[in-house]
Amino acid sequence: MFQKLFFLLVVKPFMKIFIGLRVYGRQNLPNSHPFIIVANHSSHLDTLSLLSVFPIKDLSKIQPVAAGDYFDRNKALSFLTHHLFNILTIPRSGINRENNPVDIMKKAIDEGKSLIIFPEGTRSLTGEIGHFRRGIAHLIMEIPSLKVIPVFLANMGRSLPKGEYLPIPFFCEIVIGEPPLLQGEKSEMVQALENSVRGLKQSYEQYYRE
Amino acid sequence: MLQEFNKLSAINQAGVLILAILIGATLIIWMLKKVQPQNNWDELVNRVKSWWIMALVFFGAVSLNKNISLIFFALLSFWSLKEYVTILKTRRADHWALILAFLAVPLQFYWIYTGWYGMFLIFIPVYMFLFLPISLILAQEPSGFLESSAKIQWGLIAFVYGLSHLGFLLILPNVSAKLISGQALLLFLVIITEMNDVFQYLWGKTIGVHKILPKISPKKTWEGFVGGVLTTTGFSIFLKFLTPFTNGQIMLISFTLAIAGFCGDVVMSAVKRDVGIKDFSTVIPGHGGMLDRVDSLCYTAPVFFHITAYFYFQGIIPHF
Repeated sequence: MFQKLFFLLVVKPFMKIFIGLRVYGRQNLPNSHPFIIVANHSSHLDTLSLLSVFPIKDLSKIQPVAAGDYFDRNKALSFLTHHLFNILTIPRSGINRENNPVDIMKKAIDEGKSLIIFPEGTRSLTGEIGHFRRGIAHLIMEIPSLKVIPVFLANMGRSLPKGEYLPIPFFCEIVIGEPPLLQGEKSEMVQALENSVRGLKQSYEQYYRE
Repeated sequence: MLQEFNKLSAINQAGVLILAILIGATLIIWMLKKVQPQNNWDELVNRVKSWWIMALVFFGAVSLNKNISLIFFALLSFWSLKEYVTILKTRRADHWALILAFLAVPLQFYWIYTGWYGMFLIFIPVYMFLFLPISLILAQEPSGFLESSAKIQWGLIAFVYGLSHLGFLLILPNVSAKLISGQALLLFLVIITEMNDVFQYLWGKTIGVHKILPKISPKKTWEGFVGGVLTTTGFSIFLKFLTPFTNGQIMLISFTLAIAGFCGDVVMSAVKRDVGIKDFSTVIPGHGGMLDRVDSLCYTAPVFFHITAYFYFQGIIPHF
């Protein structure tokens, strides 16, 4: 409830006027949940802007996957992020059979939730896309019918880089791509995903050159 | 019908004129499509569609209450600065300097709102100029310092200082002898600037052959430039009712503004070439970005404001 009002009154206007968010490739988003979005990560704005792409009524079905050690580090932050952004927290270290991130994500998907995943595992400082972690391949292999949508996020890291808390009103863009062919070994799958996001980045950069 | 027209206020007469031009353009395109259906008219169609929207938005913003108009121009400045910094290569160390640069927008328009002419004139060229490098130094990253300082300041002067002259023009008091309002002068400026762009574009498309600045703006031609300037000068007579000028004065001023508008256009083209892009963005179909439309205004607004201030507002403005 809070989330819907927050997005309607604060996030969407902020994205439109301050950030001037532009979305390309909307037709590649599936019509039904669940699916997963795989994107590059460079800013806290990433999650905010991705969530704002969806209609407000769908927000309860979408969960950004977030690091528990960062977002659950104090009660206030945990409360706010869980209630305003519907995050799904996973551990980044100390993983054992009880708190396996892949199981946590699979459970959410089985409940019909769509996930937003940043396979780099952390925010990139340079704007370059880092190495994708293996966990995503484990998840895809467990749910073969899962739709995986690659997304490239542009300029978010310039607007609100890691370490800053006030955003600059750069124009930011979201480029949604077609689901890539995912087969073979886990390492091949991860590479294919990484390549599709990098490919979106390249086509975005070429679009503005002459 | 002419009687009814004459009874309207100057602003509304301008509105009717703009409407007439838009309808005329739409009809001409419609006829061209019928007569030569094999040609691709998409670019022209998009351009005219966008003109309808821009004209309606602009006219609406200017004819409403002055505070709303000022907010509109502040947003225009904000959006232009936004497009500009987005295409620049910025450093992480520029973060706070950029935030402060954007904060200059509401401040500059606040000076306009309160009518503080002196502050409006010096805030960006003096205070922001001195303060911005300090905010950059605090990031302690000397490599690229001068370039960032220069680029941000340049953007502030062109898009905030330059465009804010539109706001001050709006709040000028009526010239008592002839009851010409700031709003009317503003409408004259924007109509002349945009019509000049259109005339130069049309002349260029029809008889343009000799390139004028091929390395800066590949599409511009001498024929487009000269044809546009002369047509604008002649066209200005139709806008005399918005201004306190005589025939000779309005033609001389429009001649100057036509050249200034061309300069604004090519200067912004040079910026795009330097950075390596074709359009500032794609928000306006058929035209490009906001900056692609507003570039000539960055030059014509300050030029026109100061010409008008010099001849008609001597001694009046400092008394605000």
